[in-house]
Amino acid sequence: MKKYDTPLLDELEKGPWPSFVTEIKKAAQKHEAAADELGQLEKSYKTKRGYWKHGGIVGVLGYGGGVIGRYSNLPDEFPGVAHFHTVRINQPSGFYYKSDSLREILDLWDKYGSGLTNMHGSTGDMVMLGCKTEALEPFFAEISSRGWDLGGSGSALRTPSCCMGASKCEWSNIDTMNLANTLTQAYQDELHRPMWPYKFKFKIAGCAVDCVASIARADCSIIGTWRGDIQIDQGEVENYAKQGMDIKAEIVDMCPTGCMSYESKLEINNAECSRCMHCIAKMTKALGPGPEKGASILIGSKAPIVVGSLLSWVVVPFMKMEPPYEEFKDLADKMIEWWDDNAKPRERIGELIEAKGMRPFLEAIGVEAQPQQVYEPRKDPFFFWKDEDLG
Amino acid sequence: MSAQWLTETEAKEKRQTDIGPPHYEKFLPPVIKKNYGDWKYHELLEPGVSVHVANSGDKVFTVRIGSPRILSTDTIRDMLEVADKFCGGYIRWTTRNNVEFLTDKEETVKSLKAELQKRGYSVGGIGPRVSNVVHTQGWVHCHSACTDASGLVKAMMDEFHDYFVEKSLPNKVRLAVACCVNMCGAVHCSDIAVVAVHRKVPHIDHELVKNMCEIPTTVASCPTRAISPDPGKKSIKINADKCMYCGNCFTVCPPVDIHNPENDGVAIMVGGKVGSLRKGPMFSKLAVPYIPNEPPRWPTVIKHLKTILETYASHARKHERVGEWIERIGWERFFSLTGIPFTFQHIDDFTFMRDTLRTSAAFKY
Ligand code: HEM
Ligand code: SF4
Ligand code: SF4
Ligand code: SF4
Ligand code: SF4
Repeated sequence: MKKYDTPLLDELEKGPWPSFVTEIKKAAQKHEAAADELGQLEKSYKTKRGYWKHGGIVGVLGYGGGVIGRYSNLPDEFPGVAHFHTVRINQPSGFYYKSDSLREILDLWDKYGSGLTNMHGSTGDMVMLGCKTEALEPFFAEISSRGWDLGGSGSALRTPSCCMGASKCEWSNIDTMNLANTLTQAYQDELHRPMWPYKFKFKIAGCAVDCVASIARADCSIIGTWRGDIQIDQGEVENYAKQGMDIKAEIVDMCPTGCMSYESKLEINNAECSRCMHCIAKMTKALGPGPEKGASILIGSKAPIVVGSLLSWVVVPFMKMEPPYEEFKDLADKMIEWWDDNAKPRERIGELIEAKGMRPFLEAIGVEAQPQQVYEPRKDPFFFWKDEDLG
Repeated sequence: MSAQWLTETEAKEKRQTDIGPPHYEKFLPPVIKKNYGDWKYHELLEPGVSVHVANSGDKVFTVRIGSPRILSTDTIRDMLEVADKFCGGYIRWTTRNNVEFLTDKEETVKSLKAELQKRGYSVGGIGPRVSNVVHTQGWVHCHSACTDASGLVKAMMDEFHDYFVEKSLPNKVRLAVACCVNMCGAVHCSDIAVVAVHRKVPHIDHELVKNMCEIPTTVASCPTRAISPDPGKKSIKINADKCMYCGNCFTVCPPVDIHNPENDGVAIMVGGKVGSLRKGPMFSKLAVPYIPNEPPRWPTVIKHLKTILETYASHARKHERVGEWIERIGWERFFSLTGIPFTFQHIDDFTFMRDTLRTSAAFKY
């Protein structure tokens, strides 16, 4: 069904990269909503502005989140997108799917929705784009009866997400997928019923390569690491050298702590290694993480709005991460409780720590001050003393 | 409402709540399940093909394709057909919207790859090259957007297609696009990123503000305290000198409209990364403060991105990320090599001013 001429968007069907315009057109053959999405988007391309209204409150019964309201500003001109809500479906850890199961979702989305998806949103959920208000309940009933649930939105826990970790990556120090699944299940209420000052995100990476960008986008970043010596297979080191790798230039000289040397064999002064992953990632056959696995817990990252971007700060340098993860859940509960008790509306935990100081936060969660938490000590002498510190 | 929809009663009976996502184990290919947590090493075989080898000796081959992130149900079905034919029905997405087809049989790789290419998919994106672009919704779906994201990404990936399917770079280059400063797409820590920006003070519709907005909340939303109540109008006023066009007030109070097609556009940020390899994670920094929106293909943006990527490709040392390369050569050299003019906008007058002004008499020309 071709409803509109789209000369500007048609330009975006040229070139080698797969085109989202082609995708919308495909869906438009079956769905009026997708056809009108195309029409409204062409208008945006012409006038250089968007035509979506602010999200209103919509959702499914008993949930405060999971659906993001989206209404067109031009409902008369584009009735198919008068309401065009986003439904977030909680993704399985690691984004693995089986065709029969995914096909069920696709069929239901053709039945109730626009036929358009984001695989995936940047938070991780499978994002179904463009649901009419009256389709929300039956669509949810159908997917939930087949074992799927909604993700989070609003001032709630957002869908935890993780790297593929132990499923395929030999560098993973923790079972990221199991942890993401466990946290998602443990926090169902917090995920679906917004009741906090603002959003809260867990992102889990198996190692410092951080394939889910946890350090930049998660209120709580869990990053796998190890203690003990990096495992070396000297035979494989030789093979790399034979195959032409310049081990001195590419590995030893690029080690940020200068703790490696290479004469007849590769030596690492493990006490000085900061576990940055460079050498392991470049000599994947020869080197592997040390024997005692766990994770570093970092807190607070967010995008720039309102007062600038934050990266997550180290709070717990090393914690064991094995099911059922009680130690971590305890810590997470304490962090969230402190934030919930103290934050203003729309204040992320990182901003709150900045406003109140790291000390009150660390005291609230029962963590000692440690040099691993800072790059360097402060440069000014304006510190706070408590009576108990004076001794 | 069409006939086969669930009725309200049926829906009530069927629905379950708080069950969480399906357990991932249901969806793991047998070879993955068998060797879960027991991998030995992996190797890149081609730009779009890698192999992971388990301690048991089992192998799993990954063939990766790009996707435009917005996918129709029909295209996903097309991908599932390939997964059924070659991969036992298993398929996985990556965090950057790529799609992976896994097989434990080396002999399948060639025909799998050929089939994907025959169906028009681009195979690539693994290793030291450009991967898919992390991006946000843009005009396609977000009320805040001051540019489109999918269109920019399409134009970028057409330009950099060679760096996805074939050509290599000193290290990975992570591209990102955000269609407003909320930055849903982690632009603030990408090697090369585009972020849409406003440049004009919001326009206030006083009548609507009166009816739709809570004045104290709107006042409180402004990070620079540019907003104050306007009791006469039962509305708000904005001190233009203090406004930095973040749009936060608009998010809280829609009649404070910050969209302005003539003056909205995008900035380019460079040098960010999230991994801790060698250097710690880095924020992206401003390279180009403003380029007007030029739909459908944003040629000026693409020109700048190309200059930055190619300058990096020809000057960086092996394994250096964009940010590491720039730190080594210095920002003054980055601007001279790329020919991008340095302007007042490059000097921070917001959060990071103290950290970013130079406090040394040693520098380059
Ligand atoms: C030999 C080196 C590397 C290999 C083999 C590798 C492998 C991978 C793989 C397989 C993924 C997909 C993971 C997923 O979808 O969950 C990925 C993703 C990612 N990697 Fe790496 N990685 C390497 C180095 C790096 C480095 C050095 C960085 C940054 C410092 C990095 C940053 C990322 C990021 C941000 C992602 C996210 C998204 C994606 O592409 O799916 N990687 N990497
Ligand atoms: S974060 Fe580390 S463990 Fe996880 S997929 Fe990336 S490289 Fe592997
Ligand atoms: S992990 Fe990093 S710090 Fe440690 S030895 Fe390797 S390169 Fe050096
Ligand atoms: S970056 Fe801004 S405009 Fe884009 S999807 Fe996020 S909130 Fe919307
Ligand atoms: S756009 Fe931002 S800085 Fe300007 S008035 Fe609104 S909230 Fe304040």
